[in-house]
Amino acid sequence: MSDFLNICGLQARIDADGTPKDILKGIDLDIPRGEVHAIMGPNGSGKSTLSYVLSGREDYEVTGGSATFKGQDLLALDPEERAALGVFLAFQSPVELPGVNNANFLRTAVNAVRRARGEDELDAISFLKTVRAETKHLSMSDEMLKRAVNVGFSGGEKKRNEVLQMRLLQPSLAILDETDSGLDIDALRIVAEGVNSLRSPDFSALVITHHQRLLDYIVPDRVHVMAKGRIIHSGGPEVAKILEKQGYTQFLEAAA
Amino acid sequence: MPAVTETREAVEKLAKSSYEWGFETDIEMDIAPKGLNEDTVRLISERKREPAWMLEWRLKAFRSWLEMKEPDWAKLKHPPIDYQDAHYFAQPKKKPGPKSLDEVDPELLRTYAKLGIPLHEQALLAGVEPAEGERLPVAVDAVFDSVSVATTFRKTLEEAGVIFCPISDAIREHPDLVKQYLGSVVPVADNFFAALNSAVFTDGSFVYVPKGVRCPMELSTYFRINARNTGQFERTLIIVEERASVSYLEGCTAPQRDENQLHAAVVELIAMDDASIKYSTVQNWYPGDDEGRGGIYNFVTKRGICRGARSKISWTQVETGSAITWKYPSCVLAGEGSIGEFYSVAVTNNHQQADTGTKMIHLAPNTRSTIIAKTISAGHSDSTYRGLVRMQPKARNARNFTQCDSLLIGDQCGAHTVPYIESRNMTARVEHEATTSKISEDQLFYCRSRGLSQEDAVGLIVNGFCREVLKELPMEFAVEAQKLLQISLEGSVG
Repeated sequence: MSDFLNICGLQARIDADGTPKDILKGIDLDIPRGEVHAIMGPNGSGKSTLSYVLSGREDYEVTGGSATFKGQDLLALDPEERAALGVFLAFQSPVELPGVNNANFLRTAVNAVRRARGEDELDAISFLKTVRAETKHLSMSDEMLKRAVNVGFSGGEKKRNEVLQMRLLQPSLAILDETDSGLDIDALRIVAEGVNSLRSPDFSALVITHHQRLLDYIVPDRVHVMAKGRIIHSGGPEVAKILEKQGYTQFLEAAA
Repeated sequence: MPAVTETREAVEKLAKSSYEWGFETDIEMDIAPKGLNEDTVRLISERKREPAWMLEWRLKAFRSWLEMKEPDWAKLKHPPIDYQDAHYFAQPKKKPGPKSLDEVDPELLRTYAKLGIPLHEQALLAGVEPAEGERLPVAVDAVFDSVSVATTFRKTLEEAGVIFCPISDAIREHPDLVKQYLGSVVPVADNFFAALNSAVFTDGSFVYVPKGVRCPMELSTYFRINARNTGQFERTLIIVEERASVSYLEGCTAPQRDENQLHAAVVELIAMDDASIKYSTVQNWYPGDDEGRGGIYNFVTKRGICRGARSKISWTQVETGSAITWKYPSCVLAGEGSIGEFYSVAVTNNHQQADTGTKMIHLAPNTRSTIIAKTISAGHSDSTYRGLVRMQPKARNARNFTQCDSLLIGDQCGAHTVPYIESRNMTARVEHEATTSKISEDQLFYCRSRGLSQEDAVGLIVNGFCREVLKELPMEFAVEAQKLLQISLEGSVG
């Protein structure tokens, strides 16, 4: 068991029109510092729920188990406190904020996190310098900084904007929730490079994906197979290849 | 002049009369007994040393008022107002104010600090009074600042030929202008509250910008400093001659408390050929406690007339205060090709009620109007946008574009849009767009997962929602207004 991200018997449910529905039914997962783990699984297996519960979305009720991050009880923290601690969630469908200038949003977020981490805030000029270097790196146009957050962005632009935020906020744990969905191969490569560029002994990632393709670019240390709210198999990068060829059937049968 | 001399002079002036440049009535003046009758009106006129015609004008208004009934069509609820249970002249002497900032309600100071208001202005706004026989450094600084700055401003304005003075001074010093224009846009019997105002108004401003003059500064700066103790029945008259322009801002972002619950102001704007008037308001009157008790009732009649061809009148308002807001800044587009604009943000929280909007009356050909109204409701509040667009028979090729957006926070509040469209010209075009949305959990979570607190997230989203209106405000106020919106909505989510 590592002292980084440790999830033990985690159970969570959501209120579905008045009836509680159990989604996570006892997740055990340990991600040591510096490792990249992937979770794969069929639709409805609870992958996205896991990412929301870890980042603090309030619609989900945790009914059992624990999650600690850097020795702290992650589940007791507000979403913004988790962000300050180093958790970053790249959204599957990034949310639109009409009228909110993207650059302003990014700077507000960066400074909020810096403040919480006891670092100096960035003034407008040094922020702009930083952000310009990043957008160039991600092949984003400066024009995207002037637009409203995610409003009118193409699927690829939205995902790049997520990676931009990730790079600016410098998390120690990035959770990528199907970041590859709807991306063409060029965008996929850019997103993957964005993650890979952060790889270091102090950076871990949890990559949630349907497709083995993303894992060609972000090579994981471990791959977990998730189904019906549980992790049913864990292994090395080869698991992804097996899934790609044979589908989930053998794992599901083995687990049954 | 060396700064020291200027300072000494300013301080001497100050010693003689603290209110020389202000718009306040003499505090030593006696108080009229409670109640409203012809004698009250006569007393006001007499104490203001007004000419006979002005008294006649007031009496005419008063007699009309007696015949009128309080309007009841707005979507507002309040207990009946007893018009006889109020002083109409020389407000009752205030309870002694706090002696220093230490005695001021910390809650109020917290709000000031959040708005980024400098300390000496905080003292002014909080009504800190210097002790008997001595002057508190903080208060002196503040008063001194405003006097000296105001003096500089006044000089600049005089050089440009702009008249900017209290309306009572204008009645005595510029009677021809006042006689010609006062009540020409809002007649004495226009509506119940306008008639009341016409009979008893005591405060307000007068602005006259002569031909071809662009007013050399935003009259906002002046007002920001002088914004204390605005009157209960304000009367403002702004006349802008051919090819002249002015930008005027009233109000203050800081929360204002007032012992008078009923406020009924009238504002009249007149724009001649190619003239332009930009009138911005930030209103943050005391909204009452969380249950809505004790808040200000604000019944305002604001109307501008574009008399001249190609003239332009633009209203921008940010309304966050008052228990009740009844207010429809309007434009009468009488000059060919004239333009009317209305940009509004109305925020209601707790038990506040607002019924606000505009009227665009297109009389002449090729007139254009734009209405952008943003309504934000939170808590148990209720907000209504009420707007009239009227195309008269001669309004050939006139155009209007209206956009009304409502943002709801929580599920106990209400937002309503009531557009009235009347077109009597086949070539006129009227467009109306309306949306209602809520701040979604998705948006809040997205922001919070990026490290923003719940309150910062709401502030960011609300300011984004209002962006089209806020960008119409003079720069310095836009920044304050943004903070104000966030503060007004504190605690409304979660």
